Amino acid sequence: MTISRRGFLAGAAAGTAGLVVSFYVPGAARAAAMTPTPASPTPNAFLRIGSDDSVTVVLAHAEMGQGIWTGLAMLIAEELDCDWAKVRSEHAPAAPVYGFPGMGLQMTGGSSSTNGEFDRYRTVGATAKAMLLRAAAARWKTSPAKLTAQNGVIAFGGKTLRYGEVAAAAMALPPPKSVTLKEPKAWRLIGTAVRRLDTPEKITGRAQFGIDVAFPGLRTAVVLRPPAFGATLQSFDGSDALTIPGVEQVVKTANGVAVIAAHFWAAKLGRDAVRATWSTPEGGGVSTAALLASFRDLAEREGAVVATTGDLKPTLAGAARTLDATYEVPYLAHAPMEPLNCTVKIDGDRCEIWTGTQFPTVDQGAAAAILGTTPDKVTIHTPFLGGGFGRRGNPASDFVAEAVTVAKAAGVPVKVIWTREDDVRGGYYRPAYVHRVRVGVDAAGAPAAWHHVVVGQSILVGTPFEKFAVHNGVDATSVEGIADSPYLEHTAAKHVSLHSPRTPITVLWWRSVGHTHTAFAMESMIDELAHAAGQDPLAYRLALLAGKPRFARALETAAKEAGWSTPPPAGRARGLAVHEAFGSIVAEVAEVSIEDGRIKVHAVTAAVDCGTAVNPLGIEAQVQGAIAFGLTAALHGKLTIEGGAVVESNFHDYPMLRMFEMPAIRVHVLASDAPMGGIGEPATPPVAPAVANAVFALTRQRLRTLPLRLAPEAR
Amino acid sequence: MAIKLHVNGAVREVDAPDDMPLLWVLRDLLQLSGTKYGCGMAQCGACTVHLDGQPVRACVTPVATVGARKVTTIEGLSPDGSHPVQQAWAEVDVVQCGYCQSGQIMTAVALLAKRPDPTDADIDAALSGNICRCGTYVRVREAVHVAARLQRGGK
Repeated sequence: MTISRRGFLAGAAAGTAGLVVSFYVPGAARAAAMTPTPASPTPNAFLRIGSDDSVTVVLAHAEMGQGIWTGLAMLIAEELDCDWAKVRSEHAPAAPVYGFPGMGLQMTGGSSSTNGEFDRYRTVGATAKAMLLRAAAARWKTSPAKLTAQNGVIAFGGKTLRYGEVAAAAMALPPPKSVTLKEPKAWRLIGTAVRRLDTPEKITGRAQFGIDVAFPGLRTAVVLRPPAFGATLQSFDGSDALTIPGVEQVVKTANGVAVIAAHFWAAKLGRDAVRATWSTPEGGGVSTAALLASFRDLAEREGAVVATTGDLKPTLAGAARTLDATYEVPYLAHAPMEPLNCTVKIDGDRCEIWTGTQFPTVDQGAAAAILGTTPDKVTIHTPFLGGGFGRRGNPASDFVAEAVTVAKAAGVPVKVIWTREDDVRGGYYRPAYVHRVRVGVDAAGAPAAWHHVVVGQSILVGTPFEKFAVHNGVDATSVEGIADSPYLEHTAAKHVSLHSPRTPITVLWWRSVGHTHTAFAMESMIDELAHAAGQDPLAYRLALLAGKPRFARALETAAKEAGWSTPPPAGRARGLAVHEAFGSIVAEVAEVSIEDGRIKVHAVTAAVDCGTAVNPLGIEAQVQGAIAFGLTAALHGKLTIEGGAVVESNFHDYPMLRMFEMPAIRVHVLASDAPMGGIGEPATPPVAPAVANAVFALTRQRLRTLPLRLAPEAR
Repeated sequence: MAIKLHVNGAVREVDAPDDMPLLWVLRDLLQLSGTKYGCGMAQCGACTVHLDGQPVRACVTPVATVGARKVTTIEGLSPDGSHPVQQAWAEVDVVQCGYCQSGQIMTAVALLAKRPDPTDADIDAALSGNICRCGTYVRVREAVHVAARLQRGGK
């Protein structure tokens, strides 16, 4: 594979000896409208090689657990042929050069970091290697083609040079016009199990998260926010707060009150002591019970057309049998373990921000707008993210904009820390959805007519992404995985429509976005059809997937490894599901029982086709984690809103999956030459339907609402 | 008021109100930020530290109640990540985002002090108070077994 360069830069970063490589790929400018400024003067490099042979990889994306700290470094190291023991990673600052190829925006999300950077990061490594070889060749007065390089050492005729010894000379050379990347069979690192580079700091407490930022003069703020969606601040009295030792200031935010103190504890006590009056939301405030009822009503009517094929009505009328089902999922909070936080230091028209963000470009623009300055004057430092799951990538920049407002009002550097209660109640949720599905089957039980109405809030309307993914009233992320379902390839008549009601509740993508609910509806309904046809759920699916070998292979592998053809232990049953998300296909088999009236998931067996598998050890971890994330939603997750206010507040009433509930998980990564997909999210969607399908197999109870709740008689 | 604490082998004096949780004393007054805030109500275990070897939730431990007991935080476990539990965590590649791992490790260390060869049920019982939103539980379980082996001098 040959990649040609464009806009290549090579130059010294301030204070760094050695080779610095920065690279723009074609397409980075395509979404230039989303890039707020031209190249900023920050050291815009992807790679530094020090005279001490150290190799520092600069990450355009944020490490939030998904393993790119290691995976993206592997891409550069593969082509660079350096000593892996000398490789370190660091987060890039926010700057246009780090915009995502094809998008321009610097962001982490959509399970896209590894596949989206696969070419760019390998090219950086190959380019640097070519320059090092030419520098060495010049030293030895020979041709670069006669040199070999391995493990960071260049060799020629019995002589050797370490990369660090020629890095400075290499830096002075013009970069090659093009480089040839290795063929996959020549890979030494890609495809092997590589342990994480961020382990040493994360097992010793040295890892710096946003909440750990500290410097002289920094104050901590805790903010009082509206008690209900739609409530606005009428007045406040901070006099009691100011009597608390350590509390220094009480300031107003856009729609709240911030208490600034010497440390968190004083700020929190101060916040709790603020007396505020709020307006009553319109109509007494939104409630999820009423909203879901209205969603169910909407589901009886046609919405905006997502896809339509064939003639639905006559096909339904002529079907051998029709099945109806309504599936529902609630609002969910992301609840990353590190509560949201953001540190802001304003200095004249400049501003420094430290925060765990998935959206530095957007946050930079939001901060600049509040401060009346330009984005290039806003420096964003990204420490490790203590989980993101979508919550730290908000088009509205809520937690960053608020912190900038607080720091501006306070006139001192401030770290705003959200309490867990603030996080659970602080909005931006996975939206609730209702799916109404009516299927007409033919004499063999296969779907001949598929009528599907989806109801739920759009995530993208009103954001900068609207123009990319919302067309004719349809937010593609609301319906992903339905009309394009592999099961419906031969379904003669299909009609899918969407209602996107607007509510006061703020919503956001949540690990695997629309697939979180579409996979539950699709894989549950397919299972219902299989049972209605009196067929084995695996055999029924495989028959529909006859022309979809990747899906079929994933399903067959998961089923075989889970022992599908042999009976489960007494008192247990198995269920399966397969779904494609972010370019990867994941099949899962769940084995469940009922213990003490509760669903117990004993094992999940997963088969993954993600195309090229860069780091199988990391992929296994992401699949395990995504299954845990999906199980939390399947077994526990539900937010209730009454009178505009969120009822749940912390882990006692908004529970997470715990160790004793964690099933044994076996992950099979399939060898695949398919285009590389993502891996952070795709294993989440199949687990809820796999568990629901297993519960049906065990109890004959079809649970169509998440979280799954058994009827009393089955407990 | 001035309170004397024994933290990671050193005597430290802090000026803190009696009811200030040990967590915030460690993080904001002693700059030991390895102990994490996750919930503030002893639900998640991210703030787990040892008092005389016993695991406690620092977020609900008023600093005045610590007294002469010896506080050990993740920073005090080893100077260089060489504690057998830390070694096991590295070998098994446990961490993801890493935020909860100080608490997971401190809980595991306390478990192994009491039960040098724990069963899966022992591990579930001891570590179910530590939430990991990334879902590292499978590897945490495995790493505790590896740590038990390392502590017995095995390989």
